[in-house]
Amino acid sequence: MNDPLLRVRNLVVGFGSGGSIARAVDGVSFEVRRGQTLGIVGESGCGKSVTAFSIMRLLPQPQGQILGGEILFEGRDLIQASEAELHQVRGGRIGMVFQEPLSALNPVQTIGAQLAEVLRLHKPLTKAAALAAAIPLLGKVGIPSPEIRVREYPHQLSGGMRQRVVIAMALACDPSLLIADEPTTALDVTIQAQILELMQSLQRELGMAIVLITHDLGVIAQVCDEVVVMYAGQIAERGPVEAIFRRPAHPYTRGLLASIPRLTTPRKSRLPTIEGSVPGLQEMPPGCRYENRCPFARPECRAARPPLETVAADHAVSCIRWRELPPDQPAVRAAV
Amino acid sequence: MSNPPLLEVRDLKTHFPVRGGVWLRSVATCKAVDGVSFELRSGETLGLVGESGCGKSTLGKSIVRLLTPTAGQIRFEGADLAPLGRRQMKPIRRHLQMIFQDPAESLNARHTVGQTLEEPFIIHGLGSAADRRASVAGLLEKVGLPRDAAHRYPFEFSGGQRQRIGIARALALQPRLIICDEPVSALDVSIQSQVLNLLLDLQREFHLSYLFITHNLAVVKHISDRIAVMYLGRIVELAEAEELYLQPRHPYTRTLIAAIPEPEPQARRLRIAATGDLPSPINPPPGCHFHPRCPFATELCQRESPGLRETAAAGGPSHLVACHYDLIPAAQPSAHGAPRAAAAS
Repeated sequence: MNDPLLRVRNLVVGFGSGGSIARAVDGVSFEVRRGQTLGIVGESGCGKSVTAFSIMRLLPQPQGQILGGEILFEGRDLIQASEAELHQVRGGRIGMVFQEPLSALNPVQTIGAQLAEVLRLHKPLTKAAALAAAIPLLGKVGIPSPEIRVREYPHQLSGGMRQRVVIAMALACDPSLLIADEPTTALDVTIQAQILELMQSLQRELGMAIVLITHDLGVIAQVCDEVVVMYAGQIAERGPVEAIFRRPAHPYTRGLLASIPRLTTPRKSRLPTIEGSVPGLQEMPPGCRYENRCPFARPECRAARPPLETVAADHAVSCIRWRELPPDQPAVRAAV
Repeated sequence: MSNPPLLEVRDLKTHFPVRGGVWLRSVATCKAVDGVSFELRSGETLGLVGESGCGKSTLGKSIVRLLTPTAGQIRFEGADLAPLGRRQMKPIRRHLQMIFQDPAESLNARHTVGQTLEEPFIIHGLGSAADRRASVAGLLEKVGLPRDAAHRYPFEFSGGQRQRIGIARALALQPRLIICDEPVSALDVSIQSQVLNLLLDLQREFHLSYLFITHNLAVVKHISDRIAVMYLGRIVELAEAEELYLQPRHPYTRTLIAAIPEPEPQARRLRIAATGDLPSPINPPPGCHFHPRCPFATELCQRESPGLRETAAAGGPSHLVACHYDLIPAAQPSAHGAPRAAAAS
């Protein structure tokens, strides 16, 4: 059982056609263990959603193509899988939750009918039996009076309730992996707390693994076991959540953690910032992609792509200078 | 309170008719802002925090008179803005500016940045063409954009840079008060801190006052001197920023603070302090609007709406709260995990 549930190796995803293919994801590798939560964090355009869509083989066609790598899920390579096999995997073994629940639901079908559809795609059920099975599913995700809600339409529900419905659909067929792409970004903070708690309690109950994609380091800290920090299509750093937040090895991770205002940050003080911006996909440098913004950059950082080096067990960083960096930045995690 | 406040909002209400039926008659009223009062001092930042639909943006837009309030007063430098018409508002607008959440939507895509920044001067008939160009160059420098930005269009800039353009436009006529409506919510974390620093620097340099509207509790704590918490059209708590987080007195404030996902894996403490969803402002619950979600609600809360009352010790800084009860100050937000038995009565 030590085999990881999902193993992504050297994934390369390109967008565009003919001569101009931009690599949105460039050589990304990570593993997800059974029952664990892996967070993928990064800023907009870093390739985190493209990675998730690649796992489900849902890249926009024909622009998006997987150019290389392996996605091993429960023993088979999803990149080589046929469309029929993928149908079994999507919504069956892998459940999906997206950012905007309203666009993930069909506005002219009752939520019961939509849940029943998922069930019938994967299980030999009659329509009536599937509809009946939808009710306890809604109850499981904390929707009050599910027997009434099952006959309602998405617009009759609040944003938080809709996201619960989407989670119910994702979990309908007892997946072993749930991929959640910014599942709480569109929700208010009190509702976000409810949804994250729901996902965690369902995980404990059903034992599924979760890949959680978010830009919010706070959400990562609260719910993930492992983290992959992405920058400009590549992995900057990955490791256990404690290690990444306590001893970030990559200058980008350090910069990100330092720049978030926290409740403990002295009020109205200047925040540390990451100067500059991400290079465009077409103008990626051959060396470290963070080099132009990095306070620790040296000429040798420009020479070649930094390999992922091992910091500690399961903790890897893509920076050639990580050993020489000052131990920690002051003022960042001072008071708790 | 020696100086009169820069802005004094008294019992402000902004209601919208909800139209329905064949003839689009008004069938209900959405009480987006329903009796809000506060003061904002010169050079101060007042944070206004709340979840979607609580009326915080409507309040901001009512103050700059992009919306017409239904009732109440908006005293800005002594004059009441609420009854003023478009023309009467024009000279005042110079001193009262707004920054919006999405800089891509609030900038004219067909104008160069220079044209956008020049426009306020033209509208108010200030300076010669040469003066205006000099002012634009000065503004760009202030917000940290290159000089040649004046000849470029908004699409050529990143989100953070566009927000800088929005800030430059608001600064153009040297306003006294800027309403910032979610100015960093659409930005990536690394860019967000740059813009927050810029706002802090500009405030110090020009002695600006901000009304800072956001749903982000960590951001609002960082930038504000005092914070008002809004729930369904009303302010439920208003206190000094530190005090509000150390001694939150309203159950809703405690709920919000408990729900912040802090970037601290050691302190995993996400707690669901309030069950249920935000009710609609079209048909808010009677009594205290928060009672259906409040773990401490009693029969009194269902019946009577609590007004804002002072809870600070005499002489201390003001701490207003709209709750019938004095929650035990020592109660950490964790106490909220308690069963909701009290609410049933």
